[in-house]
Amino acid sequence: MIRYVIRRIMLLVFTMFITSIIIFALTQLLPGDIARLVLGRDASPVALEEFRETHHLNDSVPVQYANWLKGFITGDWGRSFTRGNPQVRPLIMDRLANTARLGVMILVLSVPLSILLGVVAALNEDGILDSIIAVFSLAVVGLPEFVTGVVLINVFAHQLDWFPSVSFVSSSYSFGDWLRALFLPSLTATLVLLAYIARMTRAGVIDELKKPYVRTATLKGLPQRQIIVKHVLRNALMPTITVIALSMGWLAGGLVVIEQVFNFPGLGRELVDAVTAKNTPVLQAIVMLIIFVYASANLVADVMYGILNPRIRLE
Amino acid sequence: MEDAIIRVENLFIDYRLGKTWHNVIHDVTLNIRPDTIHGLVGESGSGKSTLALALMRYLAPNARIPSGNITFDGQDLLSKSTREMRDIWGQLISLVPQDSLAALNPSYTVGDQIAEITRRHMGIARRESAERAVEMLHRVKISDPADVAKRYPHQLSGGMLQRVAIAMALSTSPKFLILDEPTTALDVTTQVVILDLFRALIHDNHAAALYVSHDLGTIAQLCDDVTVLYGGEIMESAPVKTLFAAPTHPYTIGLLRSLPRYSEESESRLETIAGIAPSLANRPTGCVFAPRCPIANSQCHAEKPPLTATDDGGLVRCWRWRDVATEGLGEQPKVPLSQAVSAETDKPLLAARNIVKHFGSRSVFDKLTGQLFSPVRAVDDASITIRHHSTLGLVGESGSGKTTLARCIVALNSADSGEIELDELPISNRLNERPKTMLRDMQMVFQNPADTLNPYHTVGQALGRTLKRLSLDALSPAEIESRVVDLLQSVRLTADYAQRYPAELSGGEKQRVAIARAFAADPALVVADEPTSSLDASVQAVIMNLLKDLRIEKGASYLLISHDLDVIAYLADWIAVMYLGQIVEEGSTHAVYASPYHPYTEALISAIPTPDPAIDNPIIYLEGEVPSAKNIPSGCRFHTRCPRKIGAICETEEPPWQDAGEGHCIRCHIDVAELIRQQNSPQEQRRGTR
Repeated sequence: MIRYVIRRIMLLVFTMFITSIIIFALTQLLPGDIARLVLGRDASPVALEEFRETHHLNDSVPVQYANWLKGFITGDWGRSFTRGNPQVRPLIMDRLANTARLGVMILVLSVPLSILLGVVAALNEDGILDSIIAVFSLAVVGLPEFVTGVVLINVFAHQLDWFPSVSFVSSSYSFGDWLRALFLPSLTATLVLLAYIARMTRAGVIDELKKPYVRTATLKGLPQRQIIVKHVLRNALMPTITVIALSMGWLAGGLVVIEQVFNFPGLGRELVDAVTAKNTPVLQAIVMLIIFVYASANLVADVMYGILNPRIRLE
Repeated sequence: MEDAIIRVENLFIDYRLGKTWHNVIHDVTLNIRPDTIHGLVGESGSGKSTLALALMRYLAPNARIPSGNITFDGQDLLSKSTREMRDIWGQLISLVPQDSLAALNPSYTVGDQIAEITRRHMGIARRESAERAVEMLHRVKISDPADVAKRYPHQLSGGMLQRVAIAMALSTSPKFLILDEPTTALDVTTQVVILDLFRALIHDNHAAALYVSHDLGTIAQLCDDVTVLYGGEIMESAPVKTLFAAPTHPYTIGLLRSLPRYSEESESRLETIAGIAPSLANRPTGCVFAPRCPIANSQCHAEKPPLTATDDGGLVRCWRWRDVATEGLGEQPKVPLSQAVSAETDKPLLAARNIVKHFGSRSVFDKLTGQLFSPVRAVDDASITIRHHSTLGLVGESGSGKTTLARCIVALNSADSGEIELDELPISNRLNERPKTMLRDMQMVFQNPADTLNPYHTVGQALGRTLKRLSLDALSPAEIESRVVDLLQSVRLTADYAQRYPAELSGGEKQRVAIARAFAADPALVVADEPTSSLDASVQAVIMNLLKDLRIEKGASYLLISHDLDVIAYLADWIAVMYLGQIVEEGSTHAVYASPYHPYTEALISAIPTPDPAIDNPIIYLEGEVPSAKNIPSGCRFHTRCPRKIGAICETEEPPWQDAGEGHCIRCHIDVAELIRQQNSPQEQRRGTR
């Protein structure tokens, strides 16, 4: 098992290295001259040249890459091109913390709920409850986030006034403030994930219920609840874990729409801003972070898989 | 007579298919007394598993019991709710399943899974239940129970898992046990040990047991009473000795006669039961067996016979059982086997020498970390020779490498080293280096015919495609069509089978089509890998006769692989016994079967259950399990389990080949004459008798 984890970590580092090359290459392909974009159309040639010089834009691409990689590893992620040239790292870390809070809230909300719905649906396979869950979850997954988000804001924020509509956050927030602020965006994302995880769980549970060991457990006289929770779920949730891990990756970067709707200062919104402004230091750092979260989520999923599945752990 | 612990009266079970209910179990009456093992024998589709599980009141979701009674220990099981049954399941009635690997949860240790049942029913603490699990594993004769309890199912062998399943079923000392084909997946050497365990443990507990099997051999050796099920109805039920000595139902007689048995007269045929088992949807109105019965009369076709008590205390469902009892069934007309073409048995058709095939390779990571690597040595220096117009039977326990050796010969796997010669000409070990014409010369018949036929091609398309690809000259569609009909006829199927899809064929018919395909291009050698082991006894007999006929008609040779020594003894004229990747004994079937010299062959043959309870041959028990092919013992590979091991030489030196005459050779350090002396000593005769 330890060998297996070491192997996976080696693979993660290698993946990060390859993606860093791809990201760097892609940012070079973004249209427009960075200096002109940042300084504006009226900038003098001298100012442009000075900008290129201070940001090492005149170096050859491999040299730029080597410098950037060295900086990235040592923790110097460069300075943003935006006004005041703030350090990239603290800026992004602040955003990442916000997104992480939102992500955790989404997982806490969506995972137990969707697994519960999936199990209930599987135990009532083709019954009325199964159909209701299927119709409900597919109906919400069909709606884009900006529609559900706007509807939720209208109902819960404007009409009922239970939760704030704008997730403007401040560092002075208490835990309760955070919960209230994060509730509506989390609910929006949960509705997206719900159908996905629930369907996966349902399929897994139905598959496992057909296996002979379930009959063995039944004929041992075990109570139904113990059979489902102890025997079936442990095996049925393995594919679900992968789906949840992939969703974590999605949460890191894919919350763009939700963050826009709720005006939430997270990584996704920062990423969009960086792309439009061709703010390459910020862009590269965010993409690296997203890849890292994505790959580590997969690693965590694989390790969980190993813990749950002795056939992998003991190989 | 002691009162029965379980009584089944006039039980009916229906299955729902689509919107209609079909009757699968019809009017079954059964009593099982404590301290007895009741055998339930039947072919696939006879409803034996459905019936067995129904005795626990466990039914498939689409099944119902329209009428009948099941009484267990004075309680009416059918009136109980599932919740009430959970107190009986596992505590008073337990199941030992067929495939114990699938029947155990892969994610928990076997110790946990045994402990769970005692915690549930005996109300004991976690710690105590874990200790009890180890104790149970000890009772089923597992040598290192504390260690095995900590293992997961996938880390144990089939024989060990079956013991675990028995330990689990017996840990609450239930009054009634259902054994659902518990030894079908095991090798004979393991099977004898498991059967002995059943016998001892069931009698220790004074439990009653229902032993479900399709194998009359194990039934004869284990059971006290037998019920024969056909088409969901009891055909006959009697004490085991009566049933085997004087069967009164034509189906029972047919079943017993269709079993392959070794006989010195090699040109005999197996007797068969004509026709196929009835399907769910259309059951005959009269006797369910009438359409296949050789002595059925108009009454049999019109009216269902009642279950009648015989004079010997048995039950039989037949109008003519008194006629059968006095006159017998009559002999089937002896159909002589097809006449042999002149046999040139001296020249080898195929010679494979020193074949080696190892699996697995060292990964980059292993090399980086300096991890030691041992490959699976599936075939490790094995040589066989197949003569023209003859059948070589290759036997051995699972994991002995027999299938890999066969696959190396037809180049489905390419051997790592070794030479293969066809008609005394060397051929390559790799398929893509062999000329196309060689595909014609060697064909293969696989174990499971259902997997080898494309479900979307008709039989005609499947055979036509093979003909087109393998025939020498371009065939016109009309020629292909007529050849397909010829092929179908050669496997005793009518021409209209060409239009059918595999789903419309029975298991036996599928295997015939697979055999027809193998013979499409007139091969010189047909490799048949367990060709009958997925088939029922009555169908197996038909296929074995067919294989014997075709070999003679088409002048082919066979390499026949089987774990079933009876099948080999019946079909093969030369036997090679394989153990851990090497041949340990070979010789003519007669010589090897009648006087096996190698201690391994001797044990293997002694372990075959005889379908006759009157015969009680001494069994030679082998110690332990077949070692892993990743870690083969030094010296003689068999020394770890050999009952005749003579000393250090067995552990250090590879044994030499010894010729006992007429090509009967063994690989053993002990002199053949000494082996014969030991086998015949009076002390030996007593050893191992039950």
